[in-house]
Amino acid sequence: MQAINIRVSPHFKRNVEGYVFIGPWLLGFLAFILGPFVFSFILSLSEWNIGQPPRFIGLANFSKLIGDELFWKSLRITTVFVMISVILRVSIALALATLLHQKVVGRRLFQAGFYLPVMFSGVTLGVVWAWIFPTDYGLLNDLLRRVGIPGLRWLSSPGLALWSIIMMSMWRVGGMMVIFLAALEDIPRELYEAAEIDGAGALSKFFSITVPMITPIVLFNLIMSIIGSFQVFGEVQVLTNGGPYNSTLVYMLYLYRQAFTYFHMGYGSALAWVLFVLIILLTIAILRSSKRWVYYGGVRL
Amino acid sequence: MKEGIINYRIHQAIVRLWIHLVLLILLLAFLMPVLWMLSTALKPASQVLIVPPQWIPKPIRLMNFVEMWRLGNFGRGLINSSIITFGAMLGIFFSSPMVAFGFARLRFFARDALFVIVLATLMLPAQVTLIPLYVIYKYLKWLDTFYPFIVPAFMGGGAFYIFLLRQFFLTIPFELEDAARIDGCSTWRIFLQIFLPLSKPALATIGIFSFINGWNAYFGPLVFLSSPEKMPVTVVLATFKDVQGGIQYNLVMAAAFVAVLPCIIAFFLAQEYLVGGIALTGMKG
Repeated sequence: MQAINIRVSPHFKRNVEGYVFIGPWLLGFLAFILGPFVFSFILSLSEWNIGQPPRFIGLANFSKLIGDELFWKSLRITTVFVMISVILRVSIALALATLLHQKVVGRRLFQAGFYLPVMFSGVTLGVVWAWIFPTDYGLLNDLLRRVGIPGLRWLSSPGLALWSIIMMSMWRVGGMMVIFLAALEDIPRELYEAAEIDGAGALSKFFSITVPMITPIVLFNLIMSIIGSFQVFGEVQVLTNGGPYNSTLVYMLYLYRQAFTYFHMGYGSALAWVLFVLIILLTIAILRSSKRWVYYGGVRL
Repeated sequence: MKEGIINYRIHQAIVRLWIHLVLLILLLAFLMPVLWMLSTALKPASQVLIVPPQWIPKPIRLMNFVEMWRLGNFGRGLINSSIITFGAMLGIFFSSPMVAFGFARLRFFARDALFVIVLATLMLPAQVTLIPLYVIYKYLKWLDTFYPFIVPAFMGGGAFYIFLLRQFFLTIPFELEDAARIDGCSTWRIFLQIFLPLSKPALATIGIFSFINGWNAYFGPLVFLSSPEKMPVTVVLATFKDVQGGIQYNLVMAAAFVAVLPCIIAFFLAQEYLVGGIALTGMKG
């Protein structure tokens, strides 16, 4: 027997060490993300109701989608929800952050108060608001009646229910607000001082300095909240469970029903892939457009 | 000239007053649902459905917080949520600092490409992998157990935590590491004895985020669990709303309050870490 003497190069050793450190992530990524991701695509091309073995059916799931009224309906509802809710939330979060940035007394208290609702899970959010929305004995209608406005059927009228849920989603802008606030703090004061010397007012300072300087953060908040909003589920399920007349049937609720109520795993996967591709396309479109409206001159990113 | 400055000062003071006023009104609007929840939780049943609604509970009824335990598996739900949350936190604390250190401070083949993948998974919507995961867990016999919420946490803990810790590790000066290497420290010792002790604020941030995420998880448990006695508090709470209708809303609100209480306490204990961490996520680097 000859002693095996392999000379390990330091280069090799360094690679091994690196992969040992990131090993847990790599394993998890392969087993719980990449594997399922590929599997999901295969599933979307098959018919599978868990009981029998899956059957390859090509693009049949996708052609079925085209004729599926509820698919289109849920897509439409989710698009409305995402667009309106995200635009409103980004604006409100920016407005709150701007107000808090004005050397406010008790700023920590305000910040804590605005952030507190973020601690609520979607379910708790839904349960609490289920006790605010009711037509007869709900808090919201009571407040409206006090100022002379007749009560509305917030959750039981098909035309209004989605808007009620959009309104409820405004309650959790705290996380975005905190990110904006941190970005506002990073804007060099000299910019404002220079503008003041030139005689700029509050509004022109806001639109000519603040807004351009934080556009990178607007972009970040926009993309992250779009991805999050497409997945809205818990609060809708608790509040309306998609009703009345499917007027709040958000995409995830429909996907959940197809996959885990009817156990149409293949069809559910097709639904998931359509949403995934839509989110990717939307993200790319926003990133492309960002070249025109995001200003990278100030902070290096 | 002097008059102009005084006018300007007065104008500034008025503007500041308005800002505070607007903020105060907004704060009230933001806190109203929380206050309403608390108010209802303290009301006797006879006062719950009164029109118009009343804010002050008369008399204050603390018995609601005793009776709510009878609503269903609420106590069991709290225990289950604790197991899931702390199990996942353990996994995150075990693995994400290690992975983040690898990405921040070690040089190895395809490191940057792999880190781009980490960032990409941050944006991957969960629903794409949901159905296959259900199938995988079914074959692993993990359905209706807590494994799906705990085991994956030991594998990096999630892209968000890796990203956050890596950003923090990048700020630790290289000189510290070089000095330790010259003294003959191994990479592991540098990680365990220099980086981890220096990262307490970042670890606190990870801790509070993972606690809140674990405690508030709903979709995963709803899909992967089936026995009522294994459900976490979010799922249990969701069933109260259906069963109770409007009749026992004082008890449901008491339960909702107890369900969010751990997160609210965690928030007040670690507010600065939470806020600091959120601020850090906005700074892509």
